[in-house]
Amino acid sequence: MSSATIRARLGKILPPLAVIAVLIAVWWWLVVRTESPIFPTPWAVVTGTMELAEDGTLWEHIAASLFRVGVGFGLAVLVAVPLGLWMGWVGGAYRTLNPIFQMLRPISPIAWIPLAILWFGMDDISPIFLIFISSVFPMIVQTTSGVHTIERRYLRAAANFGVSRTVLFRQVVIPAVLPEIIIGMRIGIGVAWLVVVAAEMIALRSGLGYLIMDSRNAGNRYDLVIASMIIIGMIGLLLDGITRLLERLKTVKWRYVR
Amino acid sequence: MSDRAKDKIVVDDIRKKFAALPVIGGLSFTVADGEFVAIVGPSGCGKSTLMNIMAGFERPDCGQVLVDGAPLTAPSPKGIVISQHGSVFPWLTVRQNLMFGLNGDQHGDKAALADHYAEMVGLKGFESAYPHELSGGMLKRVELARAFVVKPEILYMDEPFSALDALMNMRMRTELLRILEEERHTVLLITHDVEEAVHMADRILVLSPRPTTIQASFQVDLPHPRKLSSPQAQCLREAILKELGL
Repeated sequence: MSSATIRARLGKILPPLAVIAVLIAVWWWLVVRTESPIFPTPWAVVTGTMELAEDGTLWEHIAASLFRVGVGFGLAVLVAVPLGLWMGWVGGAYRTLNPIFQMLRPISPIAWIPLAILWFGMDDISPIFLIFISSVFPMIVQTTSGVHTIERRYLRAAANFGVSRTVLFRQVVIPAVLPEIIIGMRIGIGVAWLVVVAAEMIALRSGLGYLIMDSRNAGNRYDLVIASMIIIGMIGLLLDGITRLLERLKTVKWRYVR
Repeated sequence: MSDRAKDKIVVDDIRKKFAALPVIGGLSFTVADGEFVAIVGPSGCGKSTLMNIMAGFERPDCGQVLVDGAPLTAPSPKGIVISQHGSVFPWLTVRQNLMFGLNGDQHGDKAALADHYAEMVGLKGFESAYPHELSGGMLKRVELARAFVVKPEILYMDEPFSALDALMNMRMRTELLRILEEERHTVLLITHDVEEAVHMADRILVLSPRPTTIQASFQVDLPHPRKLSSPQAQCLREAILKELGL
């Protein structure tokens, strides 16, 4: 690596790191200054995290949350993509189902919690259901609008060459919509991660949301509350980063150039 | 050539209205097999509507289009459209684009066929490239090659080169003529560029303003390769421009 590229990279990384450093310094200074008996210093958060990491409970909570998101979001993708393609392609399906989905979509997933507990109990299934509900609608909407916005010239070319329906779908419709599906997945995974934490705060005995509430209830361990929040933020960033990797697929790159 | 049996395309008194606006008002002409016919007309006179009807994408309100004596009802690979903005699929590589129209098993080695046509239009070495990695002129070549691969009997070209710069436009015309020497197609070219028409066509039809009909017809009896600066070509150009009111 040449010194110029190193400098360019440092120029990208340093400013956000500097902001974080200043925030931590201010936080630390405020806690020391106010002599707060409950609010932890950054160092207390670090030691608290180490404690949890060493006895293994941290990893269990992370794994529990990720498992729920993985299953709920995975099921949502399996339902939303075919359904969205169908609704986008078949006008009757769109006119029939879209009003219902548009009405269900603005209902906060949190509002489903009582029903989820009623139907599925306090088990793993409740948060999985909530994640499914929260991420399936944005992905359906995005996929459907992706089909609606396929440029007519491409569909005309397919009609002109007289290709079969299979070829039309595999080589024109699906690749044309793929970038929209990926955008839908990014929205979906973001909502799913928000919701799993909220759902775990109310029920259950594991997960990062549970960890936050449990830390507060079991002796005001605000160091662990803040540690969980930071970990949630970092995992959220990571999940978005992984979904963004899909944008680098060669068959969708056309959407992001020019 | 005037033999009715050799008429590839017969346009028989077609009319088309959009809402109350008559766009095409009783238009008839024939195109012989292997003939290159250019259609020029003022902008907004319904040239593209005429092309859409002739390629089977739109139906006329009355009248009909016959291809090989049979009424045209839908688009088919028999006649491929090449339009101004192109329709090369950006998510497929050059080779995949060229293979797109090769359905069924009667084509043998599809990849080899695609590569043959890629070479013919000067895309050798770019078979695995994606369209966004190519220039406008290269994209046009992909579009032409994709049409030639399926061996269409008719090419419908709607302002095919007007999105290119002047130099590339000239180069593509020459290339197209070279390919047409090798593979004889019936060509229908719609353009507002009179020089382009004089350069390439066997016959030039001038359309009237809306509702459009055929206002004049010019036979171009100049041998290829044509020099646009020759007195005959200039004379023809003047005559066509005069018909267009310029």
